[in-house]
Amino acid sequence: MVEREVEVLNRAGIHARPAAMIVKVANKFSSNLYLEKDSMKINGKSIMGIITLGAAYKSRLTISTEGADEKEAADAIEQLFLNRFEE
Amino acid sequence: MVEFSILDLLDLDLKEHNHLQLTCIAGRSGLSRKLSNSKISRPGLPLSGFFDEFSHESIQVFGRGEQQYLKKLESENHLESVERLFSYPIPTSIFCNGGEPSRQFIKIAENSGCSVLQTALGSADFSRGLIQLLDEIFAQTVTIHGVLVEVYGIGVLITGDSGVGKSETALELIERGHRLISDDTVKLRNISDTYLIGSGENPMLAHHMEIRGLGILNLANLFGVGSIRDKKQVQLLVHLEEWDSNKNYDRIGEDMTETLLGIPIPKLEIPVKPGRNVPIIIETAARNERLKKLGYYSAKEFDQSVLKWLESESARNLYYSNEETF
Repeated sequence: MVEREVEVLNRAGIHARPAAMIVKVANKFSSNLYLEKDSMKINGKSIMGIITLGAAYKSRLTISTEGADEKEAADAIEQLFLNRFEE
Repeated sequence: MVEFSILDLLDLDLKEHNHLQLTCIAGRSGLSRKLSNSKISRPGLPLSGFFDEFSHESIQVFGRGEQQYLKKLESENHLESVERLFSYPIPTSIFCNGGEPSRQFIKIAENSGCSVLQTALGSADFSRGLIQLLDEIFAQTVTIHGVLVEVYGIGVLITGDSGVGKSETALELIERGHRLISDDTVKLRNISDTYLIGSGENPMLAHHMEIRGLGILNLANLFGVGSIRDKKQVQLLVHLEEWDSNKNYDRIGEDMTETLLGIPIPKLEIPVKPGRNVPIIIETAARNERLKKLGYYSAKEFDQSVLKWLESESARNLYYSNEETF
């Protein structure tokens, strides 16, 4: 299992579009992806789940991936956060 | 640990029989005090000066008796025990039966930074409601990936890997007149180790569903208010999985359970493949679950019939084979 800590850097937080981007990238990998905020842990391959996290600007999340390509998946998702979801 | 303040308690939008009719009458600055457990305390003994084992971390409920005793203390000007009571960091004090605390009492409470609330309910009704509510708030919770629907009155939690068709199955069930509680993330709460109550994680985002190819849909608007529910007891687990021809699926209706938050729930594993109508299978499973609750087990009943038939058949055979001996 690979774990990464990230911060939401785009001003609008994780709304529908960034959530869709995460799911799109996550589905390219066979590994399972989980996002964790406070006490909530959700499946990173589901849009509604990610939106329900309510990740606002500056909130901190933990990405965890598990599976054959876990490292690549974690890198790709972390990159999305660092790129501010192109916003 | 849940962070729950007195202000959160006042902010809860409770309806009908859950309505606690609470209002804050003094000490607003004390509303930020946190609540750490679901116990409540009647401060009769502390008021009379006995503070051993005083549960100062609980909400203090003043019923008719306590209020009368307070009046007596005030008329005699003996307010030391009230001052001592408020020297503890008690979460809040609540006056039942619409009772009004005296000005001295309010002053002592405000000086200590404690809020004073009032309710029109009697202390027995109020305590019952409050304990029930606090039990729910401090219940053990877990958030899981799945869809919760109510089918023929049975709360069915559909789980399975992403892409297996949970949301599509739920959509078909709603189309057929059943109700959606939550799609995708379901928050489960253990209520007094007996019930498992499921609801959406966030009431603001509830009753939305994501369907591949359509995007995010508001089910309450599309199907009407009759197609949604806020919370429901989970009574049946349905796990959907891709059809695996090497796996043995239940063929005769054996009882299988899975334990969630310490509560055992009946579980079914349903293989999915094109052409299999999963919603109808779930509907039938819910009907069967209702029958079981009424004491009728289809699988057992069938088995009994088979045994009876075999017995009568062997009795007949005995008769025929003994024919020559007559």
